[in-house]
Amino acid sequence: MKNKEPLILVVVVAFTLLTYWLVEPYAHSVMHKHVESENFAYADLAPISKTGNVANGKELTMGAGGCTGCHSITKEGVPAGMDPVTAAGAYGVNPPDLSEAGVVYDAKFLADLIKNPAHALKVEHKFDAAKGQMHPMVAFYGAGGDIDQEVADMVAYLQSIAVTKEQLTPKMAYENACGRCHEMRYENWTQIGEKPSFKFEKDSLAFDIQVLEYQESLTKYMGKLPPDLSMYIRSRNEHFLSTFIENPQAHLEGTAMPRVGVTADTAHKVIEHMADSGDTKRDERASVGMNVMWYILIFAIFAFLWKRSVWKELH
Amino acid sequence: MAHFTKATSVKDWLNQRLAVEKVEKVMASEYWIPKNINFLWAMGMVLAITFALLLVSGIFLLMYYQPHVDLAFDSVNYTIMREVDFGWLWRNIHGVAASVVFLVIYIHMFTGIYYGSYKKGREMIWISGMLLFVTFSAEAFSGYMLPWGQMSYWAGMVITNIFSLGGLHMDGLVEWIRGDYVPAQAFLSRFFMLHVLLLPLAIMGLIGLHFAALRIPHVNNQDGEEIDFDAESKKYLAGDKAGSKVMRFANDFMSKDMMVVGIFLIFFFYLVFYNYSFALDPVNFDPADMLKTPAHIYPEWYFLWSYEILRPFSVNIGLIAFGFAQVIFVLLPWLDRSPNAVPASRRGAFSVWFWLLLIDMIVLTAMGKLPPEGIFSTIGLVAALAFIVLWIALPFITMNEKKV
Amino acid sequence: MHNSSRRGFMGKAFGAVAGVGAVGSLVAMKKSWDPLPSVKAAGFTTLDMTIYPEGELITEKWRGKPIFVLKKTAEMIASQTESQKARSVIVGGSEFMIAIGLCTHLGCIPSYSATEKSFLCACHGGMFNWAGEVTKVPPPRAFDIPPFKIEGNNMILGEVGPEFQAMKDSGITL
Repeated sequence: MKNKEPLILVVVVAFTLLTYWLVEPYAHSVMHKHVESENFAYADLAPISKTGNVANGKELTMGAGGCTGCHSITKEGVPAGMDPVTAAGAYGVNPPDLSEAGVVYDAKFLADLIKNPAHALKVEHKFDAAKGQMHPMVAFYGAGGDIDQEVADMVAYLQSIAVTKEQLTPKMAYENACGRCHEMRYENWTQIGEKPSFKFEKDSLAFDIQVLEYQESLTKYMGKLPPDLSMYIRSRNEHFLSTFIENPQAHLEGTAMPRVGVTADTAHKVIEHMADSGDTKRDERASVGMNVMWYILIFAIFAFLWKRSVWKELH
Repeated sequence: MAHFTKATSVKDWLNQRLAVEKVEKVMASEYWIPKNINFLWAMGMVLAITFALLLVSGIFLLMYYQPHVDLAFDSVNYTIMREVDFGWLWRNIHGVAASVVFLVIYIHMFTGIYYGSYKKGREMIWISGMLLFVTFSAEAFSGYMLPWGQMSYWAGMVITNIFSLGGLHMDGLVEWIRGDYVPAQAFLSRFFMLHVLLLPLAIMGLIGLHFAALRIPHVNNQDGEEIDFDAESKKYLAGDKAGSKVMRFANDFMSKDMMVVGIFLIFFFYLVFYNYSFALDPVNFDPADMLKTPAHIYPEWYFLWSYEILRPFSVNIGLIAFGFAQVIFVLLPWLDRSPNAVPASRRGAFSVWFWLLLIDMIVLTAMGKLPPEGIFSTIGLVAALAFIVLWIALPFITMNEKKV
Repeated sequence: MHNSSRRGFMGKAFGAVAGVGAVGSLVAMKKSWDPLPSVKAAGFTTLDMTIYPEGELITEKWRGKPIFVLKKTAEMIASQTESQKARSVIVGGSEFMIAIGLCTHLGCIPSYSATEKSFLCACHGGMFNWAGEVTKVPPPRAFDIPPFKIEGNNMILGEVGPEFQAMKDSGITL
């Protein structure tokens, strides 16, 4: 009698793959909007036309630009005016330290942000100056000279004090770009920084209360508490995270989350940090996986040889 | 009283007390299997191996899992996935095996339907198999609650709501099942108990029944041929191994089982290491939030066909259709009125019925996952109606079947 | 003969006694699965009805369930149909739409669009108007109204007051 097994195998595999394709790739492509990446080009923002002067930029940043009124630059010895909890109470969210801003954020974005925060952040639906809804960051209207030159100077200054791209770690990228709104419990990160280990429980609880107070202000500011990102690498895929960071509005129209304006390199590092939190065993999985696959292949070959020797006598 | 003599060997010692040689004969070397079978007959062994994988991986997960609403999510995603050495491996094996076990169950079931292996004394095999399907479904559902993610919570909400039985408004029953007005601590603890104790016990008992049901009628074969097992086994034992129509379970059939298992495990471990997210849904990596429904709620793929039978109708009719889908498979040995226990390919109209049912269930599965809008709603409704019509038509199709 | 029938009777009698025990234990098992007293006791929530802004949907919590509270705008009151009016709850002179914020189909939380003045359930596409009535199936009925009792400007969820009893009797809610 003819051996039907190859045909049966083809039928079983074909129906299995068809079902898989329908419920996984196809169904998910229907359910989720596909957003194409723009490679963090920020094409809607005008390029910086002037060459910045670092020394002049420093003067503006510390003085007439008014940046240090709210922002700390710890690297340059400029401390924060308020602690994070008080600052969040005043502005909704703690204004970022500018030490690494020059490497974390895109230069075009920084320039636009200085001149028109709500525009660069894509939150004009929430902060409409015409309706008197002012963004907590005050726009820079120029210090008397050519405003484009002044902005270019400030950006050049921020770039000059920041670490190099190579020195920026995934953790630094996350803490700078995301960490003031998003907790990451699995990495012990709160919106007001890493939680230290306390000797006494009351100190630990006091810290927790500070976090809660900060979160209360943040919730009021954002509409809801921004989610903890510990497991986001698993609950969202990399493409989603990358395109969401690039432009939250493209995925979720009307969301309170601003466009953070990070560079492609920073976004990549932020996602890597998420993987360091939610998928710590990825390298081990790959190496163990390879070994198991080799072993199981040998197992199958031996099983086949055994079967052949046993069945020789049966035919 | 039995008479014991001084043992001549360890084997003899055991034989006197446990009759190990006899047991070995009954269970393996003189348990006769027809030769005229194909690899689909190895699915039973594949299922046994998959169940063993689930049991072992489950034991290791159980040691660190915390059935508490505030701790469950972190005990899985932090403790097991980040801290426990190889915890990620147990979880991936457990999650993937839970999904793949249903694929193999469906292959096993449709093999039985195709070859008519539920007739002529094999009804108990079919019934015990369907009971296993139901307990496996309950086991899968209760296990899905345990990570306490968004999908756990909302699937728990939606499925327990089914017990209000639509127009009967049995909210008391729903609250009784949950132990609360909504899925909460009582719900999680009791589903944990069901998942790790009561249902596995029931499954193991039913597996015993399923095997026992197989002994008297023997395994079916590829052509539905009636084999005289006594005569054929004598022939085999007399030395005519090649001429006999039967073979030993071990090592003859077992060696083929293991070959199929080997190939299956290549597929299985590929999924465990490189393609596991179909079994570990991304949405369930968001912690349970009772105030926020996920944008799309869908059950795991193996429940989609019956979910889709529930969904396109108004609530009461949907429930009736759903109930129909749950029990109708059990009645197959009686709905099939034909005495022919041969492959579907030789049964004319039944063959058409078989392939239509298979395709209809795949369509239902796909529509169950897709959002219920536009054309998908329509296709889903048609497929759900087709499912019901197919089963109602079965007795009439098979009644007039010619005797082969 | 006599002996064997006596054995048969005693066997059945023993079986009956064992059966009583089994049924008795089932009662205990059933009761052990009931919601605990502490769970039941946590089932009452008091709302101060003076704090709600007009036309804005506020979500409260009762027995772990979301409760929609919508203070009707003058425009809503003016345009409402008889059936929508019948679902209104009047506290301190203001009209409210109060409902359990779960889709009556399979219990998901519909989201409210203030511009469309309607609810959409993401699970199976059911829709409700601002008054909580179904405008698109599968949901079989309007939003359920939680049992309530009015005391001055407060509303106690979980207790049955005369207004709720009237709604229940007329079949507006379950």
